[in-house]
Amino acid sequence: MIPVGFAYERPDTLDGALALLAEHGEDATVLAGGHSILPVMKLRLAAPELVIDIGRLAELDHVRVDGDELVVGAGTRHRTVESSEVVQAEAPLLAAVARTVGDPQIRHRGTLGGSLAHADPASDLPAAVLALGGTVVLRSPRGERSVPITEFYTGVFSSVKEPDELITEVRVPRTGTAGWAYEKFTRRANDWAIVAVAVVDGRVGLVNMGPTPLRAAATEAALADGAPIADAAALAAEGTEPTADLTATADYRRHLARVLTRRALTTAAGA
Amino acid sequence: MSIMGTRVVRREDPLFLSRGATYTDDLTDERLTGALHLTLVRSPLAHARITAIDVEEARSAPGVVAVITGAEIDLAPALLFGGANKGMVRSWLPTDKVRFVGEPVVAVLTEEAYQGQDAADLVEIDYDPLPAVIDLKAAASDEVLLFEEVGTNTSNGFGLKDEFDEHLFDDCEVVVTKEIVNQRLAAASLETRAASAVWGEDGRLTLWCSTQAAQSARDEVAGWLGVDAAQVHVITPDVGGGFGAKIGADPEFALVGWLAKHTGRPVRWNETRSENMTGMVQGRAQLQTVTIGGNRDGKVLAYRLDVLADAGAYPRLGAVLPMFTRMMAPGVYDIPKVESRARVLVTTTTSTAAYRGAGRPEATAAIERSMDLFAAEIGMDPAEVRRRNLLRPEQFPLKTKGGAPYDSGEYEKALDAVLDAAGYTGLRAEQQRRRDAGEVVQLGIGVSVFVEITGGGAFSEDASVEVHPDGTVTVLTGTSPHGQGHATAWAMLASEHLGIGIDRITVLHGDTDLIPRGSGTMGSRSLQTGGVAVHQAAGELVELAKQRAADVLEANVDDLEVVDGSVNVRGTGQGVTLAALAEKERLQVDSNFDSGAPTFPFGAHVAVVEVDVESGKAVVDRIVTVDDAGPVLNPLLCEGQRHGGIAQGISQALLEEVVFDADGNPLTATFADYAFPSAAELPSFTLLDMATPTHLNPLGVKGIGEAGTIGATPAVQSAVVDAVAHLGVRHIDMPTSPLRVWEAINAAASEGDK
Ligand SMILES: Cc1cc2nc3c(=O)[nH]c(=O)nc-3n(C[C@H](O)[C@H](O)[C@H](O)COP(=O)(O)OP(=O)(O)OC[C@H]3O[C@@H](n4cnc5c(N)ncnc54)[C@H](O)[C@@H]3O)c2cc1C
Repeated sequence: MIPVGFAYERPDTLDGALALLAEHGEDATVLAGGHSILPVMKLRLAAPELVIDIGRLAELDHVRVDGDELVVGAGTRHRTVESSEVVQAEAPLLAAVARTVGDPQIRHRGTLGGSLAHADPASDLPAAVLALGGTVVLRSPRGERSVPITEFYTGVFSSVKEPDELITEVRVPRTGTAGWAYEKFTRRANDWAIVAVAVVDGRVGLVNMGPTPLRAAATEAALADGAPIADAAALAAEGTEPTADLTATADYRRHLARVLTRRALTTAAGA
Repeated sequence: MSIMGTRVVRREDPLFLSRGATYTDDLTDERLTGALHLTLVRSPLAHARITAIDVEEARSAPGVVAVITGAEIDLAPALLFGGANKGMVRSWLPTDKVRFVGEPVVAVLTEEAYQGQDAADLVEIDYDPLPAVIDLKAAASDEVLLFEEVGTNTSNGFGLKDEFDEHLFDDCEVVVTKEIVNQRLAAASLETRAASAVWGEDGRLTLWCSTQAAQSARDEVAGWLGVDAAQVHVITPDVGGGFGAKIGADPEFALVGWLAKHTGRPVRWNETRSENMTGMVQGRAQLQTVTIGGNRDGKVLAYRLDVLADAGAYPRLGAVLPMFTRMMAPGVYDIPKVESRARVLVTTTTSTAAYRGAGRPEATAAIERSMDLFAAEIGMDPAEVRRRNLLRPEQFPLKTKGGAPYDSGEYEKALDAVLDAAGYTGLRAEQQRRRDAGEVVQLGIGVSVFVEITGGGAFSEDASVEVHPDGTVTVLTGTSPHGQGHATAWAMLASEHLGIGIDRITVLHGDTDLIPRGSGTMGSRSLQTGGVAVHQAAGELVELAKQRAADVLEANVDDLEVVDGSVNVRGTGQGVTLAALAEKERLQVDSNFDSGAPTFPFGAHVAVVEVDVESGKAVVDRIVTVDDAGPVLNPLLCEGQRHGGIAQGISQALLEEVVFDADGNPLTATFADYAFPSAAELPSFTLLDMATPTHLNPLGVKGIGEAGTIGATPAVQSAVVDAVAHLGVRHIDMPTSPLRVWEAINAAASEGDK
């Protein structure tokens, strides 16, 4: 559990971080909360030559409202997202999902940007941002671009983010009082989800139902056509490619996706 | 007022909770100055021939002092458990073959700990893979052998010579048979394994290690190193949990000692959690076939238990535990005909040994599942079937069909108490209501009645009590606490006799120069052996003090009493303190207590479980228990033992399992995958009091350490099955995970469709 030796830099500014990243490219890794990357390094599954610590950059740690959108800085801790009154009022789903991540120690360290960048299909927050229909804002010395979260993920642990890019912020529509629910199915309270379903405003995000976080497209289409919840939920596993592991078979995951989607939709509908 | 039976708060805790414990790897002993750090290169394959080992590059890595392979080790491979097949020996570092993932192959010694992994990564080992042997039936087929020269995968067995009686079930109206898995568990102690060694100029080895039994660790390490036990001094600092997995020494401890000798430097070793999850011995791992027969009136007439036990790659203590499983096979029941046998097999997995309960939970799970299956078959309430077959109080003491000498028991009283407290009739009514309403969350009720064996390994223990001239007291014990609270409990026992406050009484253990004899702490033995020895020694010290005080006070011994640390002449106000007596002449007593036999604590558990029949997830709502281990010395400590055991029992039933894939890769080698519980998975426990004394020691006490894992496990498993019984489910193997419950419901439904 001792990582391979590495150099460490903690730039004071976002521009400083971007410059370092541009210089070192794939030899460098960014460290935010460290709660995904450090275990990987300790197991020696990753051995970056340089670690660029962005965990204390104030520029990345903010929550604000901008027009129709709620904007959360990439360096904002899960704990802040969970307890922020602004997030609770503008996108209550996001706050509620943040509260289900790991345990308090993890939530005080892990960041929203880190969680999205890590691109683990078992993570909670990507599915929430998906259900919210959010946007990921990326920056590099080459400039800034916004990518809809629906186009962000390309596979297991991979996204369209270039090696010289940092996520700076995440923008989600202000859903306010629209019905929402998060159904996270675990064996133990602080486990990763076996399957989870995030619902808000008729959109459905799925956790652990394929190589990337994804939307339950068939369910959403059925809902849009006015199908009853039970019928729409029955379609939740369509087009998904869940894997089998210790806790679940692919069939079981499909079953859970249907059950949890029905429950989440029912809760969101306030029934 | 007597201190016995009172809730004295643990004296150990303030330090643990503030500064923290001092585990073996935390030691700053000056004898370890300049110690080398050991990193072990471990096998990534379950079963393979080693074709080449290249350590040249590793030898020149920064900080490397030595890289050692088995070729350089001059110790004979060791048989790690005497009762195992004599050919199933383990090399200190193998050069020919590896037999489980995690087996150490090369030792890397570096100046600093952090340099070890870098150098280890440079060691090149070529393997020629062989098929893994994971499944016990496959192991029994001997198609792939772990030890080719031995010619079989069977290490040893119990009752294998006699054929089963083919007429055992002839008189029975109903016979049910079932294959049951008692899954492999990891002890997952807070502190992983660790050892540090240094050889003194006197030619003696000082070994600090994390163990539950310093004296047997000394003997084992001495034996493995081929030196006299007197040449080895074992010291146990704080030990962060063991649960049976730290009984005695691990081969790594001897390796650390050998490397210290070889290099002429002190050597330290501490493992990572992932290493611990493959390297430290694991528990349970039995495949049981139960057959139970009886009449429709609920009377059980015959029971058969056929066990395949998994020893892992190199047999250790796990190879003997089926003996206890057989001994406890009939449990609390008066069954006219009982037979059992056990075959112990090697597989290409981590070795097995004791885990909280060690052979008895396996017996209880088997008979309690059998009782449920029988009850379901004849359509009778499972609590009622149990009641009709319980041994009655007037039958004690007795020798059971398993060969166990039961001392005392009030089984029906225990059963009644838990059924009453749980409101059993009301629970059944609520269950029926939910079934009738077809609710998503169904109620399951599980009942277990159990008896176990404590102090079964070693009956004798030493204690020494000394009062010093400053009025403080030292107690030496051969038990080896690692969370149990002996520093509190043994001080209470001495305080009771001496009238000296426990804050002035120091309890020492785990230093083999100071305490050469002792059997350590395991099998719930400590209070009924070591505790009783302290009680006895303190009593003898009081008698000795009275003799001496009689001279000083010119009084008759019969007129003397010990009050508040003084020997007083009754009713006169005249007296002399124990401290003053100690000033004149050393005031110390060595004593030994030998119970000559184990005791048999018992109890009953009712578990109430809610199962979401759509997702398959079970949650324990309530658990009500009687865990009768005789009179209670300290209710706080006793409840702590019950709580921990119940938590682990619930966890075996619902969550935990060590899993290997078909190639022998461990799939549960991290805490992300190995599902031990947190408080969030557990309900509050309802603990009922009951105290039936044993005649086998003057305190009347039995062991409490393992009751929880023995009673709770089958109760919870049974409750999960019961919650979905109306859907046609009769059995679900542990852990009753959501996936398993969901699959069982589906299987029953498609069975019903046929
Ligand atoms: C025991 C445990 C339990 C957990 N349980 C859960 C759970 O239940 N649900 C869940 O969703 N997560 C869980 N997590 C993961 C946790 O949420 C992590 O904090 C999160 O996934 C990563 O965030 P981080 O800030 O720690 O990222 P880091 O570990 O610092 O980084 C992760 C990756 O993202 C990159 N990165 C980080 N920030 C940026 C950025 N701004 N721009 C570009 N790249 C960036 C890093 O280079 C790295 O590759 C758990 C973690 C642990 C250790």
